Amino acid sequence: MIINHPLLGPRDAAEFVYLGDAALINRPDRSADNAADAFYEYMYLRDNPAGELRELWYHEQGDRSWLVVTRNTLTHEISKVELARDVAMASGRNR
Amino acid sequence: MRYSALKVIKQGLSGNKGWTPAWREPEPKPEYDVIIIGAGGHGLATAYYLAKEHGITNVAVLEKGWLGSGNIGRNTTIIRSNYILPGNEPFYELSMKLWEGLEQDLNYNAMISQRGILNLCHSDPQRDAFARRGNAMLMAGADAVLLDTDGVRKLCPDLDFENARFPIKGGLWQKRGGTARHDAVAWGYARGADQRGVDIIQNCEVVGLQINNGVCTGVDTTRGKINAKKVAVCVAGSSSRVMSMAGMRLPIESHVLQAFVSEGLKPTIPGVVTFGAGHFYISQSDKGGLVFGGDIDGYNTYAQRGNLPTVEDVCEGGMAIMPNIGRARMLRMWGGVMDMSMDGSPIIDKTDVAGLYFNGGWCYGGFKATPASGWCYAHLLATDKYQETATELRLDRFRRGRMIDEKGVGAQPNLH
Repeated sequence: MIINHPLLGPRDAAEFVYLGDAALINRPDRSADNAADAFYEYMYLRDNPAGELRELWYHEQGDRSWLVVTRNTLTHEISKVELARDVAMASGRNR
Repeated sequence: MRYSALKVIKQGLSGNKGWTPAWREPEPKPEYDVIIIGAGGHGLATAYYLAKEHGITNVAVLEKGWLGSGNIGRNTTIIRSNYILPGNEPFYELSMKLWEGLEQDLNYNAMISQRGILNLCHSDPQRDAFARRGNAMLMAGADAVLLDTDGVRKLCPDLDFENARFPIKGGLWQKRGGTARHDAVAWGYARGADQRGVDIIQNCEVVGLQINNGVCTGVDTTRGKINAKKVAVCVAGSSSRVMSMAGMRLPIESHVLQAFVSEGLKPTIPGVVTFGAGHFYISQSDKGGLVFGGDIDGYNTYAQRGNLPTVEDVCEGGMAIMPNIGRARMLRMWGGVMDMSMDGSPIIDKTDVAGLYFNGGWCYGGFKATPASGWCYAHLLATDKYQETATELRLDRFRRGRMIDEKGVGAQPNLH
């Protein structure tokens, strides 16, 4: 698989480390009343869809940026690559 | 029809015209006591033990494709019980004992060959860890022998003992481990279940679960609605997809594991050899092909194929420890979709929906567990109680903090 890095251009997926579903960006609020349940679901449960999945890849052997890659888990086709930082900021995070 | 040597001779003399199909192809009935979703190794074993051990024969096994078309036909055929944790090892040793009597029990040649499995170690701390693992195995009634370098050399003289990065310092040898003919395991269980009245229905995809007021009462299939008192999901690789029909999210990701077979060679690998440090393991089939593999590719996928970097990594591992296989030509490679669970261990449990049961999360180790998985799942379905070796394989263990994490790497499925 070739991941089209937003800053560096097309890179071999072997340069990256895979973390998983991009939902892992959205860490639950640890001071909420339902924090125990929310963290259990955040930590252990996955949608694991067959089809399009937004997922986190880390460019370990490159610029060490985190990317959000939208990839089809049936075909391995990559349709979109974003910097994870941009995704987090767009969702309201300040860093 | 009971198989025997005499039958083979008689049939041979009469042109092999008297053989009958090993199982029927029944039409689905409107209702069953138990529906098992998935006619793979585990599903068929579950049906067999439900009928044989618990007398429950009004059972259907529904299969989307053809019988044994999933991971039972896509693995590297290794059987072993060399785990360490109390929640796992007794279960896998039960499986090993069932393997040992399987062919007589099924009256079917599954080519079970206890040729042994050897895990290589490369340092003093790793040997200590293997000693501990071996003791855990012995305490669970399994067998284990800690070998020094000479002991390994006697078994496998062709390894690269002086490897600069990973010199071989010894190994953990389980003599009762080995290989089995994977397809024959599925066929043998299918035949045994069918003979006891179980309906195996192929080309029948489950497209929905009937759940009313928290009770599962049947399934919708491509061949119509079928009612059941109990529905047992057994579809490792596609667990998340099927359980999403019940609105459940699982502690599972689907990953691909690749495997490889070389051209047929004269006998060179004595049993199963694993080089964990280099992400490589190998055995030799009775036909002579080297059967080998390594790590999962490491990203979520439902495609039954992987990518080339993993192929390269596996072959490099093989060349590092076993340079003499370098001239062998690769014949075939394939990928299977694994249920990678959050702690690397499987799940056999009830669910929050009454009448709906779940078996999955086998990671890349489902084949060796086939008999015990069926045995324990059948026990749970028949009695609603956990079989004594499977009390820890629960779906809620993540919420309760009772993970069975052999590798100790946490909730990161691609590291297990």
